[in-house]
Amino acid sequence: MRTYTVALAGNPNTGKSTLFNALTGLKQHTGNWSGKTVSLASGNYEYKDTRFRFIDLPGTYSLFSNSADEEVARDYIIFEKPDVTLLVLDSTALERSLNLALQVLEMTDRVIVCLNLMDEAKKKGIKIDARKLTDQLGVPVIPISARNNDGLDTLSEQLLLMCTGQTRTTPYRMKYNEQLESQISRLESELRDIFGDEYPSRWLAIRFLDGDQKLIATLKHRLSVSDKGGMTHGAAQALGSSNSGHSC
Amino acid sequence: MDETKHLQHLQQATLGERFLIEKVDIRGEHKRRLLDLGFVPGSVIEVLKASPLGDPTSYRVAGTVIALRKEESQLIWGKVMSS
Ligand SMILES: Nc1nc2c(ncn2[C@@H]2O[C@H](COP(=O)(O)OP(=O)(O)OP(=O)(O)O)[C@@H](O)[C@H]2O)c(=O)[nH]1
Ligand SMILES: [Mg+2]
Repeated sequence: MRTYTVALAGNPNTGKSTLFNALTGLKQHTGNWSGKTVSLASGNYEYKDTRFRFIDLPGTYSLFSNSADEEVARDYIIFEKPDVTLLVLDSTALERSLNLALQVLEMTDRVIVCLNLMDEAKKKGIKIDARKLTDQLGVPVIPISARNNDGLDTLSEQLLLMCTGQTRTTPYRMKYNEQLESQISRLESELRDIFGDEYPSRWLAIRFLDGDQKLIATLKHRLSVSDKGGMTHGAAQALGSSNSGHSC
Repeated sequence: MDETKHLQHLQQATLGERFLIEKVDIRGEHKRRLLDLGFVPGSVIEVLKASPLGDPTSYRVAGTVIALRKEESQLIWGKVMSS
């Protein structure tokens, strides 16, 4: 039996661990203050003869690695490449949640969005048009209430479809101004020459333009560890030149 | 022209007041962090309360409570909104 990996990402306190516990039957600590999940807990969940391995990532507002938590979550999505990244959003604070959602959609196209805490949203009179959001984000959007086990069947079904390649997504990608877009595409093709499809090249290009030194260092390190002959040299050069060449 | 002359900074907004952000006058990673927390130009935030010693102050931003030190709130520019 093949095991698919599913990473749970989202803002602090949106119910990631609650969902993790509901599906895996484990007892990750949950609570009403933020920042509880610090290390990566993992647990298995079986649905219709398929096994999923869930990874409970730390909650963050962003994935630009301003902090150790953000770095852990981001590196997991980029380097471990889960079969699905399950974005757990707080339905009562969607505006806030969507900042992170857009960042994740730039990193991978294997995303399912959960609108969690739907019970709370309902109580507050908040209505969310999940269909419209699905159209706009270009990935499945599923309303759930993890604490009440609501919507978890629909979610499991969607996980199965995506893991077995039966869902096509068209993730929303920010469009930047003309000048930036031309720099992105130039850098993107350079990066693709080095890494192939190993990493999301558009996302990498944007991070490089933003001068993300930490990411560049991580990539250098990974290349030198998995020294694949001639590739390392060219890659190191490109990584080196990006330090000074492009910034905005 | 320095447009910040016509603006107030967030530290000038007092308890219960609402504040329209127009400019975040910080650079680099620090700015990134404030944007990620929801302090984006165009958004309206509410002053909730100051801690006993007056600093930091907590704000309601995009549905969540976030506390900022005055070093940070002094660099967020905009207008106190009349209610
Ligand atoms: N009403 C309601 N509360 C929920 C729901 N899901 C989670 N909660 C509550 O929300 C709080 C936070 O849940 P956690 O699962 O700890 O959140 P988290 O995303 O893992 O938090 P971090 O690890 O800090 O990022 C807990 O008090 C949960 O009981 C839900 O669907 N409805
Ligand atoms: Mg947690």
